[in-house]
Amino acid sequence: MNSKLLVYMFKRFGMALLTIFLVIAITFLVMHAIPASPFSSEKAKSDAVIKALEIKYGFDKPLGVQFLNYLWGVVHFDFGLSTAWVGFTVSQLIINAFAYSASIGFSAAIIAILLGVLFGCLSALNRGKWVDKVIQVVTTALVSMPSFVVATLLLLLFSYRLGWLPSLGTQPGGMVLPVLSLSLYPMAYITRLQRSSMLDVLGADYIRTARAKGVKSNVVIYKHALKNALSPVITYAGPMMAYILTGSMVVENIFSVPGLGRLFTNSMLRTDYMMIMGVTIVLAVMIILMNFLSDVLYKVMDPRIDLA
Amino acid sequence: MQTPKAPFKNPLSLQIDPDLFKPATEEEKAQQIQTRESVSFMKDALRRLGRNRMAMICIVIILLIALIAFIAPAVYPYTYTSQDVTAKYLQPFQYSAKEQAKIAKGISVFPHVMGTDALGRDYAIRVIYGTRISLLVGIFSALIVVVVGIIYGSISGYFGGKVDNIMMRIVDIIYALPDVLLVILLSVAIRDIVSTSKNELITKLGAGMVSIFIVFGLLYWVGMARQVRCQILSIKEQEYVLASRSIGASPARIIRKHMIPNCVSVIIIVAAMQIPSAIFTESFLSFLGMGVSIPMPSLGSLASDARAGLNSYPFLLIYPATSIFLIVLSFNLLGNGLRDAFDPKLRS
Repeated sequence: MNSKLLVYMFKRFGMALLTIFLVIAITFLVMHAIPASPFSSEKAKSDAVIKALEIKYGFDKPLGVQFLNYLWGVVHFDFGLSTAWVGFTVSQLIINAFAYSASIGFSAAIIAILLGVLFGCLSALNRGKWVDKVIQVVTTALVSMPSFVVATLLLLLFSYRLGWLPSLGTQPGGMVLPVLSLSLYPMAYITRLQRSSMLDVLGADYIRTARAKGVKSNVVIYKHALKNALSPVITYAGPMMAYILTGSMVVENIFSVPGLGRLFTNSMLRTDYMMIMGVTIVLAVMIILMNFLSDVLYKVMDPRIDLA
Repeated sequence: MQTPKAPFKNPLSLQIDPDLFKPATEEEKAQQIQTRESVSFMKDALRRLGRNRMAMICIVIILLIALIAFIAPAVYPYTYTSQDVTAKYLQPFQYSAKEQAKIAKGISVFPHVMGTDALGRDYAIRVIYGTRISLLVGIFSALIVVVVGIIYGSISGYFGGKVDNIMMRIVDIIYALPDVLLVILLSVAIRDIVSTSKNELITKLGAGMVSIFIVFGLLYWVGMARQVRCQILSIKEQEYVLASRSIGASPARIIRKHMIPNCVSVIIIVAAMQIPSAIFTESFLSFLGMGVSIPMPSLGSLASDARAGLNSYPFLLIYPATSIFLIVLSFNLLGNGLRDAFDPKLRS
């Protein structure tokens, strides 16, 4: 850990904070640019009731004051009150839903990384053989299928036709299908990344040197090649987070998992503005932080990279 | 045995073989002329693309799908809204009671090639319309990306220094913004405005589509801008740019005439890679019910509707799923082919 790296980390962290601030500002401004008040879409209310509600939710103050209040709240993980789920705060609902999404997303990410790296190595080490060809065809097909197609096909096959797994995510064993459908796309993507970076590394001079001086083939592959070929996979961590979080909206809806993605789509259908803002910000912060982490980790792992 | 030494020859002597200086015969001259005509970069790349069988197949598939999607609605006897209540959930090539009566009378009825949906609408035409939406989204997003990305990237790269620094910081920030979330946010926000809009096209497309285009225009071009800037930075140092500048060409002219033509390969590759992700985003939003507005079909909304009778009528899912799979797969493979053809260094 040298000082240059620390400076880079600080800079990058500052950028991440700035981006988070921008996301909050954009979310706030977009939701407040809507001509309709969040209460007008519900059943007809008298003007007095709407006024009272606006005072209760703080919508009567000037925009700048509202923004500062909101920002202050966000810093304290307080996103205000939900308008659709009366009596709940947004952060309560988010915390309740988070556990489901986190377990699905985390398992999907782990499976995607492990299997992706494994298949990528297999494919690169058997370049041109049938294993490689099969893996290439399957991964090319998988990255061309949107998450909802994969999820519905899995549901149709394993739940309706074969009856092996339940169709609801809350039933025992019900998490298998959501996790599987979320992990297939990133797995295929990582496989392709790993394959091409492994092939690059295997062709490098230092691998030839290692082989020439008599290092065992396994040691060359796992210690020298794999370690160096992993860095492109690390840079994919950020986009993968984004994919899994947005993909969870589809998957959680298909398998009826009460997670963050379902909460988000439901709050959109019920036009719960506070909820939409809250979930957007939480998801965006997770994606931005993941991007930050993967960027920093990438530089730590590979000291050759110029810290620009 | 030693070989006898050649007789010493003074390097300045004039002992020349006069045969070497005879004028060439016509035959020899003809040999000297290069038989191969000079090949421009573009021609060379296109030839390499033509040799890539996979990429050519993909082009044919994309053109076929596009042809069907844009011509079929004009000649097809059903429209995407025409309903026949007696024809709910027909299997492919099945006829409803009404239609069977017609056939019995000797009137020919166009078959439902893909059956009908839950509301008795011909499914083939709905899938065709959905495909059309997907292709339109892909093409428009590529256009937006190309136009905005080139302008932004080339300005940033050409002027360099402070301008470049500020412009690239903006790109960094935009790059980190989660685009799908912003599309969703915007589509929720402009739902009311769009549904009451007087412009027929906008109301037909729906809030989701309009916000997709807005967000693509605002955010999607950053990848292109980065690539174009990198390319421009290296082209800027070439002698021909210096020569052009020294005879007084304006920056706009230099960018237009010298730099952008040299970035074409990067532009084509990035644009082709962007199309599938745009198509994904649109179908994803339509699946969640935030894309095109009802009754306009999209491949995403068709797949979403198919979930209701999934177990009994899986073909309602299979058709739109196959369509989107074919489109995205073809664009993905074509993108790889283009990358190999235009930038052999990038080959992986």
